[in-house]
This record gives sequence, structure tokens and C-alpha cells, in this order.
Amino acid sequence: MLSEDERMEILKELEGAEDAPSIAMEALRIVQGRRGYISDETLCDIAAFLNMTPHELDSLATFYSFIFRKPVGRHVIYVCDGVTCWVMGHESIFEHLKQRLGINWGETTEDGSFTLLPVSCIGACDHAPAIMIDSTLYGDLSKEKIDEILKEHR
Amino acid sequence: MTTASIHIDGNAYSVTAGQSLLRACLSLGFNVPYFCWHPALESVGACRQCAVKLYRDEKDTRGRIAMSCMTPVTDGMIVSIEDPDVRKFRARNIEWLMLNHPHDCPVCDEGGECHLQDMTVMTGHTYRRTRFRKRTYRNQDLGPFVNHEMNRCIQCYRCVRFYRDYAHGRDLDVFGIHDSVYFGRHEDGVLQNIFAGNLVEICPTGVFTDKTGKRHFVRKWDLQTAPSVCVHCGLGCNIIPGERGGELRRIRNRFNGSVNGYFLCDRGRYGYEFVNSPSRVRQPLRRDGRGEHHKPLRSEEARALFADILSRKGRVVGVGSPRASLEANFALRALVGPEHFFAGMADTELALIQRQIDIMKIGPVPAIPLGKVATCDAVLVLGEDVTNTAPILALNILQACRNAPMARADALHIPRWEDRAAREAAQQVKGPFFLITAHDTWLDESAELVFKGTPDDIARLGFVVAHFLDEDCPSVAGMDGDRTDIARTIARSLGQARDPLIISGPGTGSGYVIDAAANIAWALRKNNRNARLSFTVPECNSLGLAFMASQAVDSALAAVERGAADTLVILENDLFRRTDKDRIIACLNACKHVVLLDHLMHGTASLADLVLPVGTFAETTGTLVSSEGRAQRFFQVYAPQGDIRPSWQWMRDAMTVRGTLRGASWRYLDDIIAAIAGEFPELQPVIDSAPPGAFRIKGLKVPRETHRVSGRTSIHADTTVHEPKPPDDPDSPFAFSMEGYGGKPPSSLIPRFWAPRWNSVQALNKFQSEVGSDLVGGDPGCMVIEPNTGEEPVYRQSIPEVLAPSGSLVPVPLYHIFGSEELSMFSSSVAGRAPCPYVALNPRDASRLGLSNGDEVEIAGRWRGPVVLRAGLPEGIVGVPSGLPGTGAGITGGRVDVTKVTS
Repeated sequence: MLSEDERMEILKELEGAEDAPSIAMEALRIVQGRRGYISDETLCDIAAFLNMTPHELDSLATFYSFIFRKPVGRHVIYVCDGVTCWVMGHESIFEHLKQRLGINWGETTEDGSFTLLPVSCIGACDHAPAIMIDSTLYGDLSKEKIDEILKEHR
Repeated sequence: MTTASIHIDGNAYSVTAGQSLLRACLSLGFNVPYFCWHPALESVGACRQCAVKLYRDEKDTRGRIAMSCMTPVTDGMIVSIEDPDVRKFRARNIEWLMLNHPHDCPVCDEGGECHLQDMTVMTGHTYRRTRFRKRTYRNQDLGPFVNHEMNRCIQCYRCVRFYRDYAHGRDLDVFGIHDSVYFGRHEDGVLQNIFAGNLVEICPTGVFTDKTGKRHFVRKWDLQTAPSVCVHCGLGCNIIPGERGGELRRIRNRFNGSVNGYFLCDRGRYGYEFVNSPSRVRQPLRRDGRGEHHKPLRSEEARALFADILSRKGRVVGVGSPRASLEANFALRALVGPEHFFAGMADTELALIQRQIDIMKIGPVPAIPLGKVATCDAVLVLGEDVTNTAPILALNILQACRNAPMARADALHIPRWEDRAAREAAQQVKGPFFLITAHDTWLDESAELVFKGTPDDIARLGFVVAHFLDEDCPSVAGMDGDRTDIARTIARSLGQARDPLIISGPGTGSGYVIDAAANIAWALRKNNRNARLSFTVPECNSLGLAFMASQAVDSALAAVERGAADTLVILENDLFRRTDKDRIIACLNACKHVVLLDHLMHGTASLADLVLPVGTFAETTGTLVSSEGRAQRFFQVYAPQGDIRPSWQWMRDAMTVRGTLRGASWRYLDDIIAAIAGEFPELQPVIDSAPPGAFRIKGLKVPRETHRVSGRTSIHADTTVHEPKPPDDPDSPFAFSMEGYGGKPPSSLIPRFWAPRWNSVQALNKFQSEVGSDLVGGDPGCMVIEPNTGEEPVYRQSIPEVLAPSGSLVPVPLYHIFGSEELSMFSSSVAGRAPCPYVALNPRDASRLGLSNGDEVEIAGRWRGPVVLRAGLPEGIVGVPSGLPGTGAGITGGRVDVTKVTS
């Protein structure tokens, strides 16, 4: 069941929208903001609220990297694997993160602090290689810089 | 339409301008490979396979590569399909598409008729260079009809485009992104859309395959096939049944541009297993006395017994069948005499169908061919739940609804074939589609306006619409303001439309509804010669039978009851579906002899003294008349084993033994067809619905087997090493053989779609005059009803009165695509989708009657079931499912009381 607050916030988005399905992304982000991720049950609730089928909403939800269909850690690290970051050393950045955190793509550390996800491009080619942690961008990365950033988030 | 002159690889061609270049190339016969394009779904440019080279002018030697499906044909265009660059591009493209495709063709059900296989061979990609692991997926259980194997997917998006855009399904979608795109459902579960089975033919490879076929799988080239017609509703969709080893293996669509086009409904595709059912009658059965068990008897004995029963100076009446061919019905009519022949349906139903025939004959508005419904731009459905009684009509209505909103795409100069862009331009705007029905239906979501009411309400509203269109139509007294407004809106829309279509049928059981539809269509016709009508009928030959009889089952039983008859010959019919159960039992018991000719054991069969085993549509040849009045021939697919014979042959032989009647002179089916045409001048076109049995091409018959069929000399090796002589078939131009004429036969005789290099269903392109249009030589079938365009019609005047309010409810039949049709319920996959008997009530009526969900109730003293609350049912109506096995005849007309059963 969606909470009263969630409903209110979604309804607010609905003002001025052509129809309910057109604000599906906003609705997913609103609910994910409160719950951390979109469970199957949550997905069905939102779909019903927007007069969509779960199939239609899940089609959208699974397309976007920033909508989580499984629980994630307290912080999500998005590692850019776009062409520029790849040229500028994306692979070594990823290897380092993997080793420091002891997890692979899509996994969450045992203490629940980090989830590691690839992302196609975060538009920071001028500071490649780059990553994002939650909504903060970190560019011009080196192994040392990564250790520092991780320490801040522990 | 303007023509354009284009040059392809140095040769000049004249084609229609503005269409997509791919369609033009395919229509000219070029083998341009493609995946995401489909003639019914048009272009999206997703797969990059149909690349060609375009040149600016004669001086341009370099050219540029373009996707032919996304390129409009323009005059003077210079194109190359065979240029080495573009050939290489296509080969590379398919190499990419094949990266993750498993090498499982030998165990894939699509193998041998796979578009991906054909295209891969065509482009010359033969060697796999990639060294990496293939991505794999978990497959889903999608229900009894469609099998899922996602690893084979090449991401062409045809499935979701058909399922969502074309068929308005909302439970199949695409998930994920990048190289892990997944086509399926949010979670495992039965695909809800009633056209889901078309995924089997839409998918260019083996992701979606026929799940029922898996139980008795046979490759396409090993199937024996013949052109046939679906028997599971009245629309007459064309099908290709396939057999091997005496078992019907599957049904595929047979394109007919004037009828079903590219698609079938799931009842039509999966109902076929009744032919293989354990309930089949495979040998003659007799019982010595009432209450005794049936015992088998030999064919000759059965024939003699049948003739003997007929010659005992009894008073014989015959009951025909709306699910049997014209020929079978006519044979029975000849056997018992026209005055003793009764249509095998309720008398009320016969009256409704004859009323529809009258309207089609005396009125100036022609019945629309099913295949042209999609070209209409305004549709009114009056009373009929077409989704469940005429499913492909519903699918075509959905396409018609797009035409008016497409004006937005036209205004932006977006060609309609550019599917994604055109749909984007039209947005979610609904076209003028009006639905006036007795309850909520699946089409409600697509309609601009929905009105629900009792059959009388529906008719009255219809009469008001007609009156708004033409003041000469009778007016309706006592309409409230809301309904008048609704009628005015509908009349205005229909009046403004270019190609308006009025659809109705006998579904509500009300003749008023049919009359109201006629008035609207005739009123429209005064100002618009394009106005069209469409009436549905319940069964595959309801219309044909209605031409031959003036009375029906109730009259036949009345004849028994008053002692005017003591012997009943029943053709392919279970009387318990037609009228009151107790009355039938009393009548059957009162008869001296009851003879049944049918292919399934049912309630009537168990009470017959003699049961003769007859062939189904797959084992016989005959003619059916569809709801639009199209006579279509279905051809025997295989020779049945044992004593099964066509109904008409049993009757012919009985007549021969008796030494009476002209039946004796019927050697071949064509003799009966000639007799039918002689007796009923209107049915004269039946002769032309397909070539006669003596038809040959270059002296050869058309083979039912492919030239690649395997095991001809070895398949019987366990019993004999001699190759048996194939059965004779003097009744049709087909041979039970791989030998015969190998070219393309006339359109009504196409046993399968196959062309060199095109093994998949897409070979159809090679059989059409232009890709997506009619078959070469014209679509099969002949119309038996010509509208009377000469005279002004006399409007129907009789309008139902408003009934005074009462505590009783109006019964309305509820149709179920899976459940309401007799034969398909003998198919396990279809039966698994059918509901259990129930009684539907509006929640307010239920609470007024003190009933809640699940309470067992009784109606009219004979119908029982648990209450299901249905908000979409208007107050004052009780919905009773129609035709579910064992529930007997439906309840229509009058008013009934719903009482709680206390046990």
C-alpha cells in the first residue's frame, strides 16, 4: 500500500500532466526516495494507482539504471562505463573498487554500506574517469582518490 | 495514388509512390531480408536488416546505405539491393543479431519455418566468429497456448508491437536495456489477450511457439495440409490445418485479404484438438433398447440399419446443423424431404438470423468483408459482444479506431506506415467508436463512448440514433435527456464519417436490436454510399443453414410431441445446447428411432439409438457460409482411419439402399453442390467458391504434402515394407501425396505458404498481388447475398416499449471466447481457460435481493450457479454465461427471478 504522503506527492505531480502513465517515472522516484528501492509489491501498488498494468510500469522501471528493483546499500556507487571513461581507465577504477569493497557488479557489501552499479554515461567526459556516489559526482579519479572518497562515506 | 518510376539495380519499375521502399521491393519480388517490419505492423526501423543503397542521381557512383523500410518511394529513385557494400552490411548486421542466438535449430519448434533461418541463409552469414559467452535468460510460463524461449530472441520488437499496439494487450512488455532486453511478462502467468497465439507467427524466430503443438510436434515440411475454414465462430477465418500420422497437429493462419488477413483468435488457433479428442466417435454405435449401453457395429451393418430405420414407414424428421457444411445439411434435407427438415438451432435464433439475411437482401447497405473493417473510420456496435462472439472482428475494429486520429499524422506529413512516428502523432486519442451493449466488454477501453442497458434499451437508443440521421425513421417516445444526447453525439459522428460501419448480431436475443442497426445503416446510406453493415452469427454455417430451413429445433420437437414424427435423424448437433433439457429427453424417448450423425460423444449422442461416425472439418470437404454471406470451401486435410465418413456419404448411401430420391445420383461432392445450386438460386455462387473435384493443373492434382515430406516409404515399415497406395480423393482437386503440381495453385487451393528460400510464414509475400493486399487471382470465397441497391428501404417501425419497473431481472447471455463454443471445449488447452458456471449480478441488485458473492442461486427454475458481482453489468440485468458445457440452452427474453438456493 502506498502511504498517504506518497499518494499526495504523486497526485501533486499529476497536476497538469496529460494522463497518469506520463508521470510514471516521477512516481517511481518519489516512492524509491522514501523506501530505497521498488519491490514487486510496491511496483504493483504504484501501477494500480497510475492505472497501468505492472507489466507496463516494470518495463519502464527496468529500463532506467537509477530505479532499483532490488534493495541497495546505504550508498550506491555508479561507475561510468561510457567510451571516454573507458579510454581514460575505467577498468582499473572498477578493479580497484571491486577489490576495496570485495563485491562485483550489482552486489552490495556485507555491512550494507555500498552497492556497485555500472552506468552508461554520466556526462562527465571532461573529468573522466568518473563515478557518482548517490547524487555526488567525482571525476579525475585515481586509486588514491577513490580510497579517500570511500573513507568519507564509511 | 500516384505511381513512381524507380530503378533497382539498373532496371526500371513502376510502383505506387509514397509507400515504403521495402514493401515496394518485396511486392516486385525482390528478396530483401527484414525482421522488425511486418506487413500488418509496418515500419519502425529497429533491426537494420533491410538496408539498400540509394543514389542521388545517375552520376552518383558511391551511393549511401539506407533502411528501405524507413524510406518512402519517390519518383526517379535509384536503388541497389545487390551492391557489394550493402550486401556486406546486411551480412554483418545478421552476424550481430545472431551473437546470442543459440545453435538449437534441430530442437527448436521453429526450425524449418524460421524467418531468422531463412534470412541468415539469404544474407550468407554462415560462420560464427564471436568467441564470447552468450547471454541466457530464464523463460516464463505464459499459459496453455504459447511457449517461451527467450534465448532465441533477436530483439526485433515485433511481439510487443503486435501484442500491445495492434491487439491492445497490456500484459506483455519489454524489460531491461542494452544487451539484456527481455520480452515477456512482469511475472509468469497466462497471457490474457485473446490474440496471443498470433505471437507464434509474428515472432520471426522460436521465442514464441505453439505450446499445444509441442505435445505432438511435426516439422512444417512433414505436415499434410489443405486450405480450410475455421469452424469455431461465424466469421469464416481461413486456416491451414496440418496433419501427420492420423492426428491433427496444429492450425496456422491462411491469409485471406477479404476475411481474416494475417491473424486468428486463440479459439480458432487452439480449438482444433477436439479432432483428436478421446470423445471422438470412431465407429458406428447402436443400443438395443433405451437405457442400454452403446455397442459398436460394423460399417455395413450400420449402413443397412440406417436404411432400414428410414424405410420402416416411420414419420421421419431431420434436424440439421449450423456447424455442418451446406452439403451435409442439404443431404439430410433431401433424405427427409424439405418439409421435414429443421434447422438445428432454436427457432428464435433462426428467426433472428433470417431477419439479418432479410436486412442484407432487401436493404441497400452491403455487408462489409471482415478484411475491410479496418478501413472504416467510425464504428457503432449495437448489442453484440464481438470480442467473444466474433473475435477477429473485434481486432479489426481496434484498427479502424486508429483511422480518425491518424489525421494528426497526415497533417504532419508522416506516412502512416512509419508506425512509431504515426502512433506518436496520434497519441492516445480515441477514434469515433461507440459501444452500446448489455454489459462491460473488453472493447470498452478503446471506445469513445459506452452505453450499457437491457436489450430493449439498446434497441431504443439505436432507433433514436437512426431518427437523428433521418427524420423518416420512426421516433422513440419517452427518451430521457441523457440518452437523447448520447444518440445525438453518435449520430453526428457517424454522419460525418467517410466510411461508417454499423455492427450488430443475434447475441442479445433481440430482433429489435437488429432492426435498429438496419435503420441506422439505411439512414446513413441516404447521404453516404460508403455506409456498411456487419452482422455476426453464432456458428460457422448458421447463415448457410438459415437459407435451407424455415423451422428449427423447437418446431421439430413439437412435431414429435404432437405425434407427427416418430423418427429423428440428427446431423452434427447436440440438441441440449438448443432448447429445454426435459423437453428434449421426453421427445427423444417418445421417438421410435433416433439416429445421430456426429463426430463427438455428447448428451444427444448418449441418447441416440444409432450413432454414425462422421468426419470433422479436417476429414471432409464442404462449404460454409460466413456471417458476411461468403461461401467458402474447406478441404479434407487427411483421410480418417476406420469407419469415419463424411455425413453426406452416410445419407447418400442410405438413400441408395432405399432406392429412392435423387441422392442415388450423387457420386461426388460436386453433384450435391450442383443440386444445392439448382434448388436454391441464391446459393448458386457456392459452385464458384472453389474449383471442382475434377480440376487439374497441367493434368495434375495439387499435392497435400510438401515435396520434402519425409518417411514416405518407411513410415509404415513396422507393419509393412510396401508403400501403401495413397487414398483416392475424387471430391477435391487435392491428392494425398507429395506428387502433383508444384507451382502456385489458384488462391482457394493454396495448401500452405512456401516459396524457394522462404520457408517461414513470410513466404506469403510471394502469393499476394502486392505485399499486404489480396492474393494473386483474388481472395477466395464468393458472396451469396447481394444487397438491393435499387430501392429505398422501408424503415423498421416496431420499437420496444419501456417495461414498468419490477423486482424481476432481464436475463442477458454472457459469451466467453473460451467456453461458449461447443467444439473448442473438447480441446484441453481451450477448456482450461473457460470459466465455471456462474450468475452475474450488479452489486446493487444483489444487495437488494439479499445476495452476496458466491451465494448459490437459481434462475427460471433451471439455471444454477454461484453469484458473481459485476459492477460493469447495469442494474436490472442478470448475466448468464452462454454455452458452457452441461449448462444447456441459454436464457433470453422476458424477465426472470433470481432466488437463493438453500440447501
